[in-house]
Amino acid sequence: MNIRFTLNGKAMDLDAAADRRVVDLLREDLGLTGAKEGCGAGECGTCSILVDGEHRLSCLMIAAQLSGRDVVTIEGLSEKDRLHPLQESFIRHGAVQCGFCTPGMIIGAAALLKRNPQPSREEIREGLAGNLCRCTGYQKIVDAVEAALLPEEKL
Amino acid sequence: MDIQIPEIGKSFARPDAAAKVTGAEKYAVDYYGDHLLWAGVRRAEVAHGRIRNLDTSAAARLPGVMAVLTGRDVPGANRQGIVHKDQPVLATDKVRYSGDAVALVLAENRETLKQAIDLIEVDIETLPGVFTVDEALKPDAPVLHEEHPGGNVLLKAEIKAGKGESALKDCHILIEETFDVPMQAHAFLETENGIAWQEADGRVVLIASTQAPFRDKWEISHALGLGMDRMRVISPYLGGAFGGKDGATVQCFLVLAALHAGGRPVKMWWNREENFAAGYKRHAAHMRYRLGANSDGTLQALHCRLYYNTGAYAHLGGEVMALGMEHAGGPYRIPHTLIEGWCVYTNNPIAGAMRGFGVAQVSFAIEQMMDLLAAKLNINPLALRKKNALRRGDQNTSGVTMTQSTGIGDCLAALAENPLWLKRNDWKQAAGPFKKRGVGVSAVFNAMGYGRGLPDSAIAKIELTEGGRIRVYNGVTDMGQGNATAFVQIAGQILCQENTRIELVQPDTDRTLPSGSSSAGRTTYTYGNALIKASESLRRKIIGRAALMLLADTLDHLELLPGRVRDLQSGREIPLEMIGSMMAAEDRICISQFLMPVVRDKLDTGKGFIIGFPHLIFSYAAHLACIEVDELTGAVEVKNYAAATEAGRVLNPQTFTQQVQGAIAQGIGYALYEEIKMEQGRLLTPDFTTYHIPGAMDVPEISSQIVETWEPSGPYGMKGVGEVGSNGPLPAIANALADACGIRLTCSPLKQERVLEALSQSRREGGS
Ligand code: FES
Ligand code: FES
Repeated sequence: MNIRFTLNGKAMDLDAAADRRVVDLLREDLGLTGAKEGCGAGECGTCSILVDGEHRLSCLMIAAQLSGRDVVTIEGLSEKDRLHPLQESFIRHGAVQCGFCTPGMIIGAAALLKRNPQPSREEIREGLAGNLCRCTGYQKIVDAVEAALLPEEKL
Repeated sequence: MDIQIPEIGKSFARPDAAAKVTGAEKYAVDYYGDHLLWAGVRRAEVAHGRIRNLDTSAAARLPGVMAVLTGRDVPGANRQGIVHKDQPVLATDKVRYSGDAVALVLAENRETLKQAIDLIEVDIETLPGVFTVDEALKPDAPVLHEEHPGGNVLLKAEIKAGKGESALKDCHILIEETFDVPMQAHAFLETENGIAWQEADGRVVLIASTQAPFRDKWEISHALGLGMDRMRVISPYLGGAFGGKDGATVQCFLVLAALHAGGRPVKMWWNREENFAAGYKRHAAHMRYRLGANSDGTLQALHCRLYYNTGAYAHLGGEVMALGMEHAGGPYRIPHTLIEGWCVYTNNPIAGAMRGFGVAQVSFAIEQMMDLLAAKLNINPLALRKKNALRRGDQNTSGVTMTQSTGIGDCLAALAENPLWLKRNDWKQAAGPFKKRGVGVSAVFNAMGYGRGLPDSAIAKIELTEGGRIRVYNGVTDMGQGNATAFVQIAGQILCQENTRIELVQPDTDRTLPSGSSSAGRTTYTYGNALIKASESLRRKIIGRAALMLLADTLDHLELLPGRVRDLQSGREIPLEMIGSMMAAEDRICISQFLMPVVRDKLDTGKGFIIGFPHLIFSYAAHLACIEVDELTGAVEVKNYAAATEAGRVLNPQTFTQQVQGAIAQGIGYALYEEIKMEQGRLLTPDFTTYHIPGAMDVPEISSQIVETWEPSGPYGMKGVGEVGSNGPLPAIANALADACGIRLTCSPLKQERVLEALSQSRREGGS
């Protein structure tokens, strides 16, 4: 089917099987490999993307569900050469180890800060509970999100 | 990225982080390629059996299937394995666990691949299986490897020091207990995968998520009969590994597939279920302990019988057990020991390397033994550990003289001053209704490097590029631990260059040099030592060549500065770009090899080990867990956690803390719920719903204290820190549980049902 949506600010018009998983569409068809697939079953969060500003799991979505939506992947979070404050903060605070969870974690954190611009550490943990990380023990991720707390208009 | 001249000892943001946060970093799994084929295997799905017939014809006929290969199509020995070559790439006669591969399929897309795999008919005559160590060791037990002289015993070994177990009878106090730990999964988020293709000249290129690209080459060459010059293995950054990608996963399949793909790239990517079913695991173990001490708490004698359930193939099983045995007595002085080990084949998934390599298991046992002893003597458990802690100059429980940095005493001293320890009684008393609180400690250590019998070597290569940049050719995989970061720091420190001028080449058997596996806490130590030497030669070389251009008649006044060499007397300078472009290609490179030192004691024990015994250098840690137990549900929550860690000098406090916190989180999962469950060889935990790993809500704030010592053999005095943190949480939490409720669980994980059962039993006993 023909699907039109916005991807990282660009209008897209493409043909894809209606039931193609969004994670495959992004990674294989569009070459956007920032979203990862850690489980394929909605359990790990590595495939996270923003759909109309909300945190979604691209392994559980099909292409047809993108129709008319505004999709942002990790590749679209930074503007040109300027990293998103969360990205800066993840680097600075050592929140990245193997980095495989990182794109999903940052997307999850961006959605969290949009819902709740001043989360406590406990609320950050709750907000990221669906994003698994096997390397960091989460503490530096919480540090990074806490340090990136942003004035609302910037998000 | 901040521009800075990296300095040893200062936190330095990882150079790989920038590409990782934007999604630009390419892991093996992010490679696809034009005209891509997908490869997958049909697995036996029978735990033990003989293949009667294998019919691949229906699969081969399916449109979109490029090839279906079986063991008969494997050109070489069709055997893989690191020490023992006992594992077929594709099984031809027998299958020994349900994950054994029997056929390999190449297809145009994933849907066709799945259909084709389902169409393969395998007729297997089921044989009775053995799943526990007890079953496997029965005299009439079915045997997995008929040709193996030891039957189901892959390796039997012993370590003896002093008078051995006979000293137990002279001890005033004897503690006996038996412990069991389950299989644990690495659960790295990037599952096993790779991509391979054949070049026009016939050479095969493999990009794989692997911890050991150079050893892979040897393994593939043996299994497939392909000359080592006929392949190239590339290992980009890994999406986690923790030991689970140390050895063959997709490598042989992919190279074999590439040989049948007509030059097209072939991708294999295990899904999560396949990862749980066929990936390596941490060994389950059964451990019987007898510990003897004097009435003042001085440890005297130890006898252990350790049984490691190694699954269907040898892989690194014997070596894992060897390390467990070497650590069975903890970081203590125990003059008389007998440590016996049996590494046993069973029809389970293959157990192998996992962070804390054999040591996480025995730490659970010895550290509870210490608390049992402390309780019996009515001594504070921290004080008992301190009293017996190894010091430099002592002999450890294998009889090895501790000649290197030995900081366990300092770690324990640091913990004793931690507010969580000092204020533990107040904290415990503040528990709410139906809650019990407890505080437990553990003292752990972990050896670094391969040990005797195998050279722990790395070859560093560094280049001044033609364009005047510094390029480090890293030969050891960075699976997330940050060794590549340390290499940039070392090069930057010695060459006085800004981080933006330093490039990294990740392991590639064509471009970098054999530097061993990314494992054993050796990565930064061994390669780092080699890189120091190579960087120093490059520095001298750059200055020497600059002298030619600056017309200096002595090198004494020349200094290498960021981007240039300066004659400090005349003030004249020459940029690195100019020096690089003047030098011939072979002149711009410096190479240096480092070999880790080994134990010099002449030991009359441990003869059963093939490689990997004994070890010279250890890192140490003391852990403290504050837990709260819900008396109504049995749920255990870790409320606070503290670790004091000694791994020599710290090159980068940020990456050091990353290792400590990450290992503790994995250890908390291991302590409380992680457990691969099988029923007659069938996996019951195929996903993250049934195999729970800690999420952000499950891990407390961890206070990580660095205890520095100086390791004279280490690069800038450092030792590896990646492993030791894994060993502390399980025993510390078990000890905290005993402290909270007076129940001692000797079987892990300390899961809710088990705790609840123990609580009600203790109530029944208390009431009777
Ligand atoms: S891959 Fe989508 S949640 Fe794991
Ligand atoms: S950094 Fe490796 S999974 Fe999070």
